[in-house]
Amino acid sequence: MKFSDIKKSAEDEWHALQQGNVPLIVIGAATCGRSAGALGVKKTFEEEFQNRGIQAEIVEVGCLGPCYAEPLVNIIKPGGPNILYKNVTGKIAVELVENYIVNDNPLPEYALGTLGDSKVDGIPVLMETPFFKSQARELFRNSGFIDPTNINHYIANGGYSGLAKALEMEPAKVVEEIKASGLRGRGGGGFPTGMKWEFCFNAPGDEKYVICNADEGDPGAFMDRSLLESDPHALIEGMTIAGYTIGAGKGYIYCRAEYPLAVKRLRNAIAQSKEKGFLGENILGGKFNFDLEVFLGAGAFVCGEETALIASIEGGRGMPRHRPPFPAQSGLRGKPTLLNNVKTYSYVPKIINRGADWFAGIGTEKSKGTAVFALTGKVTNCGLIEVPMGISLREIIYDIGGGVSDGGEFKAVQTGGPSGGCLPASHLDTPIDYDSLRAAGSIMGSGGMVVMDQGTCMVDVARYFLDFTQKETCGECVPCRLGTKQMLNILEEITEGKGKPEDVDQLVEMGEAIKKASLCGLGQTAPNPVLTTIRYFREEYDAHIQNRSCPALLCKELISFRIIPEKCTGCMICARACPTDAITGEKKQVHVIDQSKCIRCGVCLEKCPKNFLAVECIAGQLSEGEQ
Amino acid sequence: MTNSIAEIGDASVIMAVGTNTTSGHPIIGQQVRAAKRKGSKLIVVNPKEIDLARTADHFLRLKPGTDVTLLMGMARVILDEGLYDKSFIEQRCEGFDAFVGSLAAFDLDSVEKVTGVPKDAIAAAARCYASGQPASILYCMGVTQHVQGTDNVLAVSNLAMLTGNIGKPSSGVNPLRGQNNVQGACDMGCLPNVYPGYQPVALEEVRAKFESAWGAKLTDSPGLTHTEIFDSMFSGSIKALYLVGENPYISEANSSHATEAMEKVEFMVVQDIFLTESARYADVVLPAASFAEKDGTFTNTERRVQRVRRAIEPVGDSRADWQIVCEIARRMNAKGFDFSSPEEIMREIASVTPSYGGITFKRLEYGGLQWPCPTEDHPGTPILHTERFPTDTGKGKFKPLAYRKSAEEPDEQYPLILTTDRSLYHFHGTMTRRVYGLNILEKEEMLRINPEDAVQFGLKDKGKVRVTSRHGTVETKVLITDKCPRGMVSMTFHFAETPTNIMTCSELDPVAKTPTTKVCTVRVESV
Amino acid sequence: MKEKINLTINGRSVTAEKGMNVLEASLRNNIYIPHLCFHAELQPAGACRLCMVELDGQRTTIACKTPVEEGMVVRTESPEISETRKVALELLVADHDTDCLNCVQNTKCALQRVADHVGMNLKRLQRLKFREEKLPVDDSNPFFTFNPNRCVLCGICVRTCSEVQGAEAIDFTNRGSEAIVAGFGAKPRIESNCESCGECVVRCPVGALTEKDYERPTHQVRTVCSFCGCGCGLFLGVRDNRIVSAKGDINSRASQGRLCVKGRFGFRFVNHPERLTSPLIKKDGEFVEASWDEALDLIVEKFSRFKGDQFAAISSAKCTNEDNYLTQKFTRAVMGTNNIDHCARL
Repeated sequence: MKFSDIKKSAEDEWHALQQGNVPLIVIGAATCGRSAGALGVKKTFEEEFQNRGIQAEIVEVGCLGPCYAEPLVNIIKPGGPNILYKNVTGKIAVELVENYIVNDNPLPEYALGTLGDSKVDGIPVLMETPFFKSQARELFRNSGFIDPTNINHYIANGGYSGLAKALEMEPAKVVEEIKASGLRGRGGGGFPTGMKWEFCFNAPGDEKYVICNADEGDPGAFMDRSLLESDPHALIEGMTIAGYTIGAGKGYIYCRAEYPLAVKRLRNAIAQSKEKGFLGENILGGKFNFDLEVFLGAGAFVCGEETALIASIEGGRGMPRHRPPFPAQSGLRGKPTLLNNVKTYSYVPKIINRGADWFAGIGTEKSKGTAVFALTGKVTNCGLIEVPMGISLREIIYDIGGGVSDGGEFKAVQTGGPSGGCLPASHLDTPIDYDSLRAAGSIMGSGGMVVMDQGTCMVDVARYFLDFTQKETCGECVPCRLGTKQMLNILEEITEGKGKPEDVDQLVEMGEAIKKASLCGLGQTAPNPVLTTIRYFREEYDAHIQNRSCPALLCKELISFRIIPEKCTGCMICARACPTDAITGEKKQVHVIDQSKCIRCGVCLEKCPKNFLAVECIAGQLSEGEQ
Repeated sequence: MTNSIAEIGDASVIMAVGTNTTSGHPIIGQQVRAAKRKGSKLIVVNPKEIDLARTADHFLRLKPGTDVTLLMGMARVILDEGLYDKSFIEQRCEGFDAFVGSLAAFDLDSVEKVTGVPKDAIAAAARCYASGQPASILYCMGVTQHVQGTDNVLAVSNLAMLTGNIGKPSSGVNPLRGQNNVQGACDMGCLPNVYPGYQPVALEEVRAKFESAWGAKLTDSPGLTHTEIFDSMFSGSIKALYLVGENPYISEANSSHATEAMEKVEFMVVQDIFLTESARYADVVLPAASFAEKDGTFTNTERRVQRVRRAIEPVGDSRADWQIVCEIARRMNAKGFDFSSPEEIMREIASVTPSYGGITFKRLEYGGLQWPCPTEDHPGTPILHTERFPTDTGKGKFKPLAYRKSAEEPDEQYPLILTTDRSLYHFHGTMTRRVYGLNILEKEEMLRINPEDAVQFGLKDKGKVRVTSRHGTVETKVLITDKCPRGMVSMTFHFAETPTNIMTCSELDPVAKTPTTKVCTVRVESV
Repeated sequence: MKEKINLTINGRSVTAEKGMNVLEASLRNNIYIPHLCFHAELQPAGACRLCMVELDGQRTTIACKTPVEEGMVVRTESPEISETRKVALELLVADHDTDCLNCVQNTKCALQRVADHVGMNLKRLQRLKFREEKLPVDDSNPFFTFNPNRCVLCGICVRTCSEVQGAEAIDFTNRGSEAIVAGFGAKPRIESNCESCGECVVRCPVGALTEKDYERPTHQVRTVCSFCGCGCGLFLGVRDNRIVSAKGDINSRASQGRLCVKGRFGFRFVNHPERLTSPLIKKDGEFVEASWDEALDLIVEKFSRFKGDQFAAISSAKCTNEDNYLTQKFTRAVMGTNNIDHCARL
């Protein structure tokens, strides 16, 4: 079949679904939606329709982004508006069927917004709500709208047109196009993608490989998972274009086994793609052959490093090797190998389809296109967002994210996961682009963004990330294996109140050495969280070390609980609750905490009746007798 | 070997037939693995899934004793597909037409039936062997210890000549010789039909040469081979045996026969470094010095003559074998045994052995020399047959071959084929059984058997089993492993307490007189 | 002849061969660059990060992974390199069992060499936390011991096992500072497919892999192994007229320095207490010790009676060419028979 015919029939199917004569229920059922209960909601809808004898279509789609509002359900009545409902439960589902599907009350109180041109009284237009307004959803255009298990939905929305177009171009022309777009690697490094493709294109050899790094391992990052679950064909199409361009016949998607739904959807998509002739032999009737395989990673963080990932596919232990040679010259099985991130490949079909200029028109001079973040932490609206490059941190956190949650005070934002850094309020106006973030001491990373409030101890944050990298280093090179352990040890001592005045200098000295001497990216960036917190929050380290005090009231050894004599009524509730009998005092007499017995569990603070609030937690250590 | 060990690493195809190289010849095994890592193709022909099979490109798991059929089948594919080296055959070989004629019987369907190897696998391996130049064939006892042993070797040679893989670097037909100096013992004429350098005892002019060199009258009738000697001791025609450094009790096929023969012989001298099981039958035992206590030379499997040097004084009152022989000869008033050093002996060897003609201890100081090395200025010969073959016409002779059955075939009474092999951790046993650590690594005999056979015969892993052949019976332990194919069991023969060879078949290859220890039918019973 | 490359190391003009890396070129020219994980026979790993050098006055990289180029200017020391090396060395030492006097590798240890070159500063070192608990020693192999407390994780043993021996029995296991080298699934070596060749023991640059019951020989004698037909070159180590060690001969054309388990560790049969030390004559079914004269006279007397085809000799493929030559000569010329054979077919 010709591509135009395939496209035509896919479009027919899509329009029939969108403009059908029965209600269409679209449920966000990526992993995020599922863990919020999407499948139960789906079942409720099915049961309701069955019980009432209502004809309706129910479709599972991927993720639209606003995690705080999951599960999300989109209802389109024939001829009616397209309304997105938030935090849908079984109970709400029943109400929606009763009130909206059967009768005609759209229940605006449950709605998040309307989609498309629809306008309904009392419901905002979704794309004009703060969470979506500043976003530029290009990569995630299909996410939450199309059924990721149905290739026709993808095709009907422009899918595989990029491949069809690319196959009519000279490979060198495709390279030119990618170069002209200014696309940079979305895995975090930000290396110009077009240059990488050009290296592989120029590398001699009949046997070449295309690999996608889908080993998303940063704590709190889920951009790739979301994209794979919501729009898997974009990656397949991008990789196939890459295979055509550099002259590879085989591609691997290295995906972590902890992403079972993504793997299932990828495998399903690969099978569908083969069936349609977009993969396999003689793609779209031409001479190009390309096959794709999903390779499951076993959950080692270091396998996100490209050379370790290659070693893992080769069947060895995932250990990085020194570069050069770069994979573009000598990668998988010693052959030229193109290795990009999920998002990088997924941009490619769009760039080919809409042209390099379109992509280059988004973003800043040196960082083109959009950036995707998993916005989490102490932020009101957490979720997956896609913004144009160049937008400031402040806009993301305050406009899209709705500011610090629970009325808290902003303290820091961490980007780039364990390899990134923590930036303070003074850097909130830093524009989001590779170079500005790097200059500030952090990195773009693959897209994790964690907002922290005043209750976050920055020394503890550094300790947390270092504990992660220390446990995940492969153990091959000396600085990373042993240096991170020593640094972690120092940080642990500081948070335990055993810090020494020279500790900070030693952390800096070792951190710099580890960055310089480590073999791979993991070690070269592992000290970043420590170095940036020292750079921007030095006073917190000093408080820990010199004053034996944790300003965030988090490090147990560096805080104290005391009873405010003026407020204590001697009710004995705290004394009875204290597990170590550290609180003494007769009934109706002011109680006192014996600091030598106190284990700072906080039970007294918790138990003190709200009308007294006589217990307080303070930074620092109280000496005995000090009250 | 026609070629050298160091060349193996550069072969683009290696075919290992009937050799568990990484166990029997570990250093050559390393070379094979290294070649494989560098990108060479590897073909393994073996009934057992040996370690090399793990990484082999083609693993042909044939039924024991069907090597000729398999190799002829491969030759047939090479011929049919025109993959043979026409000019090599024309210029260097003869007998091609008769050979081609004999291939008619080896169509792949019948080859598959006889060997049990799928025909596609045979064809693929044949193409692999024929299309990668240079290709080297390694083989060992798995080829020779059969009643068809000679045919097997000829089949290997046919294959090499057919593809022009002989006389060139990293190619060739490479038998891996077992003992450290088995090559040398052959070269030195410790064979009943030839003098040193493979000069036939039956040839008048040769005999005359040795008579004059040794100053003695020599007999023209060829002597008896190893197995025949034991037969004659058994029958009584041989009355005295001088047994130097060997332990037939564990190493001889159908060894209980050999043991009885040793009991019967009238006078037996054993010369060894330990009181072996066989030495117990001796009348006189002479303590020999070990390799660490004497000077001399060994010739390895690649025909490299190398210096052995004395590192310590002989232990106790032991003496070097050459000294003992000289002493006996001198006491028998023989002339020509007044040697004061191995170097002097080598001078005499060189004078009567053309292939060793250029070998002197002095030259060996700078490293080994590969024979033929006829003169003192000859650099030695790493590769044989580069220009001509050592035949009357100088041409390589193709040999037409036919399939012959093994002497014993499984039947109801003896349903399994027993094949013997060697462990990495032991040599025959006399030496290695006396190294503590080696006996930790491999401490006892184990009957290796396929899991399905184990179920069929009611054997449990690590359980005791009685193994019985037509010739004898032993008890041992069971090791269940799918490395053994169905219908075949294997045992080593390093353990005197489990003398495997009392079971093996004494049927000989008619030409080489090699016993057929690789195929002997047995039954197994749990005890 | 390989193409020559000219480069400058620490201001000295030196030549190297094309294909060499900067570390090899430097060592070849007697310029020491600290290193632990490099071994000339193995692919460089770039793991220890000690061989940092400065190239062309600009970028810093590691020497073992940098091929030499014509006109290259290398500096092996700079304040930045020294500082980084110091940190790496201190990290290693803090993680290492420093009971050097009780280590077989004392004075030959690569870590000691690095420490000697880089220089240790006790005050700096004491800022680090030393490893407190000792890791369990893998004593499972009868011939050698692996002591992870003396291991620097250079990976030479891992690469040896895969590149030299091809057994692939050991690899890194566990992550982070818990990483050690072990058999598959962190199992002891005896349970892996280790072939006990000892090639890893030979190459271990520190005292992590050591031969059991090791005695340092007083001198070594170059000879040939007596087990199989490979004919590997061997140095037998001697002490008090006993064989105490065996080492591969790198100049052997047959074996290029390699040995298998039997060749390397199987020499102890030589001085085994069961060695025959005196002639024995069977009297009334029992062996009794006899003098050489007594034994030889008896043999001469008997052999003289069985000349011709009543006699047979079986010689030994374990014996030297000279031994074998004389045995067949004796059989043919003195005993008058061609009944001479050996175990060639077994």
